[in-house]
This record gives sequence, structure tokens and C-alpha cells, in this order.
Amino acid sequence: MPTVNPTRMELTRLKGKLATATRGHKLLKDKRDELMRQFLDLVRVNKSLRERVEEGLKTANKNFALARAAMSDETVEVAFMASKQEIEVEVTPKNVMSVNIPQFTVKTRTSDESDIYSYGFAFTSGDLDDAVHSLAEVQADMVKLAEVEKACQLMAAEIEKTRRRVNALEHIMIPQYQRNIKYISMKLDENERSTQIRLMKVKDMMLEEAHHYKEKEEAKAAG
Amino acid sequence: MYRMAVLGDKDSIYGYAALGMEVCPVTDDASAVHKLRELAEGDFAVIYVTEALAERIPGEINRYREQMLPAVILIPGVYGNTGAGIANVKKSVEQAVGSDIIFGNN
Repeated sequence: MPTVNPTRMELTRLKGKLATATRGHKLLKDKRDELMRQFLDLVRVNKSLRERVEEGLKTANKNFALARAAMSDETVEVAFMASKQEIEVEVTPKNVMSVNIPQFTVKTRTSDESDIYSYGFAFTSGDLDDAVHSLAEVQADMVKLAEVEKACQLMAAEIEKTRRRVNALEHIMIPQYQRNIKYISMKLDENERSTQIRLMKVKDMMLEEAHHYKEKEEAKAAG
Repeated sequence: MYRMAVLGDKDSIYGYAALGMEVCPVTDDASAVHKLRELAEGDFAVIYVTEALAERIPGEINRYREQMLPAVILIPGVYGNTGAGIANVKKSVEQAVGSDIIFGNN
């Protein structure tokens, strides 16, 4: 049995709460649906992008393995010791249905494409150049992948949270309010009816008192 | 301004230095965890982690899933593609939708 005070004030309060809950439920449901729509689009992009990056990195890795096989550890180490290129990312947050998603804009220190070769060509094998080149080719996709995949992760978390809230409202909160409201209004009706009956009874008794109907009736019957 | 880093075994990641990324070769799990935390707390927006390493420290990788920064992204290393990267995307789908509807049975 619900433990609420069957009073008119409580009823008004609960009705207000129910209205808020219903509105919130509708809003959250819309939010969830929209997030889901965007998430599904994004996750498809994520999948194809990841496949492309993994394919690109497979080639790059193969080249690097090849390059490394042809050179000594020291040579490799020295080659990458002082890299000419520096990469920086600018992060701009983007709000998608109240989820903050980072957007990455890449800035390289120099715009010269050949600056990725941080070594003299004398002691390294040509395979290394190929390897670095193949890696540079996937770089743009890798950044894009980072952005999309992060967005997917954040949105998935938000969808999960929103879905929990929607379910809690739909299956717990709203039915509970409705039950309580029903209980209170029935209790109030019941009270009203009992007051009504009491009044009718009292009225009967008072009339009897005033006019002595019963005594007159009895006298008539006797007389 | 944020930077990018690559974390993993040396053979897989040494080349990224050429692109100007921060290269962090690690060998054992403990130092990998330590390094990842250090990077995440620093000014790194994107941290690429090799799949092989990520599979050994899944807890640490998942820590950053719900944070806006950094983005921890798995990449295949030189020892081949383990499928952990795509599994991570699959996980997002399962988290959001409840069941996997994008990748099917493969």
C-alpha cells in the first residue's frame, strides 16, 4: 500500500510531479531517439574509417618491419632522434544533444611535406622512406578516426544514461505517481461519501427531534 | 594546444616520431599504465595505443572512454591486427543499442 497522506495538498503536489515526469519522459525519449540516430550514422563512419586506417597501418607496419630488418638498431634510433616535424592538435568542443564532443584540427609545425624525413639519406635504407611515407598517408585518417571514435564512445555512454532515465521514468516513477494519485483521490471520494451519509443521518435525526414524526405515526395507528 | 602520443612496443611505434608525435615505447604493463596516466594528465588530446598493449591493460583503456579528453585509440602494431580496435567500436554499439546491429556475426 502506498504510504502517502491522503490529503488534497498531497494530491495537488503529486499531480504536479506527474506532469513534470511525463514531460521529462517525453523530452528524454526524444533525446534518446535523436542521439541514437546520430550515433548509428557515426558508428558506420567509425567502422569504415577504422577499416581503412587498419589497412593503411598494415602496409606501413610491413614497411617499417622491412626497414628495420635492413638497418641496425642504432641507425634507426638516430634517424628518428631529432624529428623536424611537430604535430599539434587544436581541440574545439562541439555540443551534440548535450554531449560534448571534441573536434580535432591538426597543425603541423612546418608545412613542408618532406619534413617528415628527419634523417639524412646516407645511412638509412630506402625502405624507411617508403615506410614513413606510407605512415604519413594514413595520418589524416587516423586523426579523423580519433575524433569519430571518441564521439562514438561519448555518445554511447550518454545514450546508455538517457535510456536508463527514460526507463526509470516510464516503468517506475510515472506508474508510482499514478498509483498514488488514484489512491488519494479514491480515499478523498470515500471520505466525501461518508461525510454525506453522516449529514443525511444527522438531518433525519434532527427532523425527528423537531417534528416527532414517529410518535405521531404511532398515535395515529393506535387512535 | 594539445599534442598526440603513441604508446606501445618500440618496433610498432618508432616510425610515428617522423610525423611529429610523441613516441613512448614501453615494455612492461606497469610502466605502460604509469605512462598512459602521465600522458592523459598532460596536454595530450589523442593517444594511440597498440592493440597488443591495450589488451593487457583493458581497465586503463576503459577509464578514458567516458572522458572528453584524451581520446585513447587502438591501432594495430607490427605483430598484426588482433581485432581489438574493431571490438572496441562494437562495444560502443552494444552499450548504446543493447545488442550489436552493425557488425553482425563476424
